[in-house]
Amino acid sequence: MDILANLALGFSIALSPYTLMLAVVGCFLGTIIGALPGLGPSNGVAILIPLTFTLGLDATSALVLMTSVYYGAMYGGRISSILLNIPGDEPALMTTLDGYPMAKAGRAGDALVLSGVASFVGAFLATVGLMLLAPMLARVAFLFGPAEYFALYLLAFCTLGGMASNNQAKAAIASCIGLGIAMVGVDNNSGMPRLTGGNLHLMDGVDFLVAIVGLFAIAEVFFFIESHGKETSIGVKLEKVTIPWKDIMATKWTMLRASGVGFVAGILPGAGASLGSFLAYMSEKSIAGPKGGFGTGVPKGVAAPEAGNNSAAGGALVPMLTLGVPGSGTTAVLLALLMTLNITPGPTLFTDRPEVVWGLIASLLIANIVLLLMNVPMVKIFVKILSVPAWVLLPGVTMISFVGIYSLSGSYFDLLLMVGFGVLGYFLRKLDVPTVPVILGILLGGHMEDALRRAMVLSDGDATFLFSTPIAIGLWIAAIAGFVAPMFLRKFLKKPQAVTD
Amino acid sequence: MASDRIFGLVVLMGALAYMASATQIQTSFLADPVGPKAFPMLVGAVAAISALVLIFKPDPDPNWPVLRTFGSLGIAVIVLICYAYALKPLGFIIPTAITAAILSYQISPRPVPAIAAGAGLSVGLFVLFKFALGLGLIAFPHGWGG
Repeated sequence: MDILANLALGFSIALSPYTLMLAVVGCFLGTIIGALPGLGPSNGVAILIPLTFTLGLDATSALVLMTSVYYGAMYGGRISSILLNIPGDEPALMTTLDGYPMAKAGRAGDALVLSGVASFVGAFLATVGLMLLAPMLARVAFLFGPAEYFALYLLAFCTLGGMASNNQAKAAIASCIGLGIAMVGVDNNSGMPRLTGGNLHLMDGVDFLVAIVGLFAIAEVFFFIESHGKETSIGVKLEKVTIPWKDIMATKWTMLRASGVGFVAGILPGAGASLGSFLAYMSEKSIAGPKGGFGTGVPKGVAAPEAGNNSAAGGALVPMLTLGVPGSGTTAVLLALLMTLNITPGPTLFTDRPEVVWGLIASLLIANIVLLLMNVPMVKIFVKILSVPAWVLLPGVTMISFVGIYSLSGSYFDLLLMVGFGVLGYFLRKLDVPTVPVILGILLGGHMEDALRRAMVLSDGDATFLFSTPIAIGLWIAAIAGFVAPMFLRKFLKKPQAVTD
Repeated sequence: MASDRIFGLVVLMGALAYMASATQIQTSFLADPVGPKAFPMLVGAVAAISALVLIFKPDPDPNWPVLRTFGSLGIAVIVLICYAYALKPLGFIIPTAITAAILSYQISPRPVPAIAAGAGLSVGLFVLFKFALGLGLIAFPHGWGG
């Protein structure tokens, strides 16, 4: 049994007292980050990456810490969804649909515990799926040449643009902004500077961490200034917290189905957790039928999107680790983390550095269990933290972002660039232009161009080489379908709107 | 409608300027068939086409804030830019306290809590970063009490 041997290797790394402590700290921080309104998983992981980097942790420890934060934030997101009706990030929107009505009906504690269990089930099954599927996919990925990789990157941009946004043109513009920024700096092949405008600071290119922190965290601060933090209303009071065994048993099949749906959605490059929780909720809603009472605060409506969301988050790690193509905004941020640590995701990661991959998988399993144990008894503490007012929280986030970026390079130029990205992020989000493709473009732009150029070197400039193998053709078809199909499907798959009081 | 058209126009201009500067990229003697120009040109072209689509098929306008809010956003940006320049020469504590207080005041306009938040965040974060995480921050400008 390969998997068991590998898993034993992983646990031998992840179960040391030090990494275990990091996992607990990460889970705790992550839950807080996820629970605070306005600080979703992407924001939280983004502002912590520069700090982790400067702390000088080794690759495995940093990875354990940040994945615990990632999983913790996914857990924490549901607290503000259920109690305040404010989704911490987009996938959590589905949880508000039934979670908030359930909390208003005086069952806030039940909803929180039930969603915690559903998160656990989803994340656990997804991690098991990751263990089984990732090594297989890694083997397939060895067949990928530059032409296939080029098509794969294209597929990621197309599905991300097609499914996760409302307007294809805007998603395409966002991708181009990112790709265009990635081109700035010294060209790898010729060694000549490109598009720097003669600015010496730009010779190294634009650091993706600067862009991520600017687009996510600084832009968020501008949104809070615009709304004057009014949306941080105190919602439903939390009474006694008990474990609702009856609801957990009644929703077990819902959780299992939703985990399956979420995992599949998570694997699709670019689709990610939003689609996972959406599909999980919608499929359970149609199974339950009109009598199921979805939208009025039923336990199944809480369990389904949470299981789907967390399972998709795990599924999104499959393409990220094996192919280097992230499946969602947060996995894009995790990819940034890996690249900062000098780990190149891809099929070779599984053979060259098994300790990283299996250490990561083992720490995901550990983080999951820690989170479940931590969340049920400590939910009241996390709810207390929710009442940190926006006028303390957001300046704090800004300062942490500045210190993080400043400690990376010690240059005021990166800070200015970060503020610039914050302004850009504000306007893009105002205009309903998704910002995740920008990040993905900056992260993958260099690789995408390399793949194209290597393919052309191999074929001596013959463009048909890009469509010469069955895998490449399949990826091109999937890319075009992923971009075009949602235009027609949008009529039928309308996203439910958030409940309003 | 108008916002998307303006945005499309801005992107179109940007894309054309980007392509124009891409034509100026120097190629070296070690040329591969594609060269360093082709991919930026391709990206610029896709952006230009998408911008045209947006100009002809705009979405409804978003809810823009009132002019006053834009004013305070502008102030926030200026404060952050000053902060970026001040962080190195003036040390961590003073610029951070001022910036955090201004941002806090802009989110919730009450002077006393804002000043308290600024001071508290600045000292608290300094202690956290310097002593708990071991980052090399400077508290005050050089020459202030060593």
